[in-house]
Amino acid sequence: MADQKTITVKIKRQDGPEASTRWEEFAVPYRPNMNIISVLMKIRENPVTTSGKQTTPVAWDMNCLEEVCGACSMVINGRPRQSCSALVDQLQQPLTIEPMSTFPIIRDLQVDRSRMFDSLKKVKAWVPIDGTYDLGEGPRLPERKREWAYELSKCMTCGVCLESCPNVNSGSSFMGPAPLSQVRLFNTHPTGAMVKDERLNAIMGDGGLANCGNSQNCVQACPKGIPLTTSIASLNRAATVQMFKNFFGSDHMVD
Amino acid sequence: MAKSKLLVVGGGLAGLMTTMKAAEMGTEVELFSLVPVKRSHSVCAQGGMNGAVNTKGEGDSPWIHFDDTVYGGDFLANQPPVKAMCEAAPGIIHLLDRMGVMFNRTPEGLLDFRRFGGTMHHRTAFAGATTGQQLLYALDEQVRKWEVEGLVTKYEGWEFLGLVIDEQGVCKGIKAQDLSTHEIRAFRGDAVVMATGGPGIIFGKSTNSMINTGSAASIVYQQGAKYANGEMIQIHPTAIPGDDKLRLMSESARGEGGRIWTYKDGKPWYFLEEKYPAYGNLVPRDVATREIFDVCINQKLGVNGENVVYLDLSHKDPHELDIKLGGIIEIYQKFVGDDPHKVPMKIFPAVHYSMGGLYVDYDQHTTIPGCFAAGECDYSQHGGNRLGANSLLSAIYGGTVAGPNAVNYIKGLDKHVEDLPSKIYDEAVREEQAKWDDVISMDKGNENAYLLHKELGEIMTNNVTVVRYNKQLQDTLGKLAEFKERWNNINVNDTAKWSNQGVQFTRQLRNMIALANVITKGALLRDESRGAHYKPEFPERDDENFLKTTIAEFTPSFEPTITYEEVDCSMIKPRKRDYTGGAH
Repeated sequence: MADQKTITVKIKRQDGPEASTRWEEFAVPYRPNMNIISVLMKIRENPVTTSGKQTTPVAWDMNCLEEVCGACSMVINGRPRQSCSALVDQLQQPLTIEPMSTFPIIRDLQVDRSRMFDSLKKVKAWVPIDGTYDLGEGPRLPERKREWAYELSKCMTCGVCLESCPNVNSGSSFMGPAPLSQVRLFNTHPTGAMVKDERLNAIMGDGGLANCGNSQNCVQACPKGIPLTTSIASLNRAATVQMFKNFFGSDHMVD
Repeated sequence: MAKSKLLVVGGGLAGLMTTMKAAEMGTEVELFSLVPVKRSHSVCAQGGMNGAVNTKGEGDSPWIHFDDTVYGGDFLANQPPVKAMCEAAPGIIHLLDRMGVMFNRTPEGLLDFRRFGGTMHHRTAFAGATTGQQLLYALDEQVRKWEVEGLVTKYEGWEFLGLVIDEQGVCKGIKAQDLSTHEIRAFRGDAVVMATGGPGIIFGKSTNSMINTGSAASIVYQQGAKYANGEMIQIHPTAIPGDDKLRLMSESARGEGGRIWTYKDGKPWYFLEEKYPAYGNLVPRDVATREIFDVCINQKLGVNGENVVYLDLSHKDPHELDIKLGGIIEIYQKFVGDDPHKVPMKIFPAVHYSMGGLYVDYDQHTTIPGCFAAGECDYSQHGGNRLGANSLLSAIYGGTVAGPNAVNYIKGLDKHVEDLPSKIYDEAVREEQAKWDDVISMDKGNENAYLLHKELGEIMTNNVTVVRYNKQLQDTLGKLAEFKERWNNINVNDTAKWSNQGVQFTRQLRNMIALANVITKGALLRDESRGAHYKPEFPERDDENFLKTTIAEFTPSFEPTITYEEVDCSMIKPRKRDYTGGAH
């Protein structure tokens, strides 16, 4: 293989949260079916730029490499997505890779997404069970309802929808589409629905539903195809109904 | 008296279940994880979780589940804990259902069950083909509730560096490091539960996630804990070959009717169905793997002469495939580009799971007092081969046993860690800081840690997986000794004092080499074939000499001392394992 094909990749680097940014360019031997993760792996085996400068291996987050853990989100050729499922053959070259800009940078392509997990606390994204002791079977659920609820339950908190949303940024309190959609999921479950008023009240205030500008970027960007805008529309209706219930008093809180 | 505290290392299913159980008993828990727990490797489990709920009128029972599991494991597992697990299984499925897991349903709204390998019963509850993800999320959500209530504190993005062990040899906490700031701290804990998963990354590419280096379990082993049945490594028959990882194609594909075949004499040859008419494509994993390996490597009958055979779902109803197997069909489409609704998938075996792990007693207690283990990092449930859909069960079950037993152990202590002097903790931090300073200043050598790891993976995959020969195992031990030396010559290429992944990986690599020795030496000395361990030179199971648990103990040379312990077969008498006939 004398005429080994190479691919050129430009990566935005940053040594730490306060450090300045720089672009570095690398050339990596091409292999069919290669993804962005294998490109980054090749670089760390020999961290030298195209101008021949020895540099540090690129820092990035990854884990499952099959698009279920949500770790490896980054902005590839201008689009936020999972780097494991971004195949080089389907991308225009030279490749550009940047960290997601909505979240605080840790190093290079690593970002801090802890605000998403904090939002899950705020909206009580869980089914309240009495305990782990044996209480017999769970509630019955129609299979067709289960099928759409399952789609919502695939959210891996990857942050791609927040990155693509023009209303989520450091100057805004908007929690973004992912945690909102979880409210719809848990309000669907028969036991989860027993505290649906608490979840709806949590997203009626600042940082919740009202901050959505309906740009619809999120539903385009979601790697799991979760119907995020449908969730938000459905929650808008539920929140309006809840507002009336709140007005009419405690008899109507949860039914 | 200060409040007691439990430390849990690992935030997959086993760690989260342990945490919930302990919190429910009023014990404060600190939970440590390399990654946000929602990204743990449990997320990759696809096909489902076993439990003999018997909703299909087949007369299934926990006893039959127990018998299938023990037989499937070729009788190497101690039977009492396996029986207890199978009895607990239906309750665990109902519990997870109550937590809101979106399990597939029947038209009546009840849980649906499908078939898996090594059994004749529909016993596997499932949520599409992303069951592990759904179970993990449910437990993650429950633990988040405990976090809000103040009983659980999470340390995500922290790496376990070792146990803190007092002068009496009792575990009194852990040492850990923040992966961003590099801060090293000692944490006081009245008991510790290790729930740190499997070691697949020792084999380079596998179906495992990148964090599954086995490093944490290896450290505990190096600190004196016994490690059992290390040589029992499961090779999953059906994975997509890849550059960065071998992506799993769930056994549930065959559970839902998927067929394995290749061409022979120009015609499709369904070699599993031909040889195993009763079980067909649903023979246990070790059996299917050896057959595929034989067809490709020995008979050279892989598709197009490559080392792959077909896993075929194209005859199935496309809508039903989406509902029951959507997750894996998406993976195949995204990563390979072909549509499994229309064309058969190309697959080959890949390293998948470790049946071996830290030695534990029936309370999940390791041989270091105060240190427990649960999940894939313990050895207790699967013997010589794990049945599909038993791992989600054993991970969660392990947590339900380890959590309460750790709390009870703490109740029996006369002194709590908060009352201990700070000396051992200060020393522990100093020791780890010195080790870290040594590794981060490795900038003179000429080895690259990632390339050395690649070599380790290739040698382990070639010599210590499907077919094992003593000569090659012996050579591998020699190679591992060389790797241990070459490790000292690594150049970390990066001396940054902030989020330095290369140095973290270098540290893990040394622990991988230590554990690779356990796997290889155990395999070398076990002169028989049992479950996943197959030696053509010793093709039969030898109960007289090897119906025994392999126990490895660490030595500074890295080559372990191996001893054996009798297996408790008091409930089901060992019998020949043979899937060519009907039900066993």
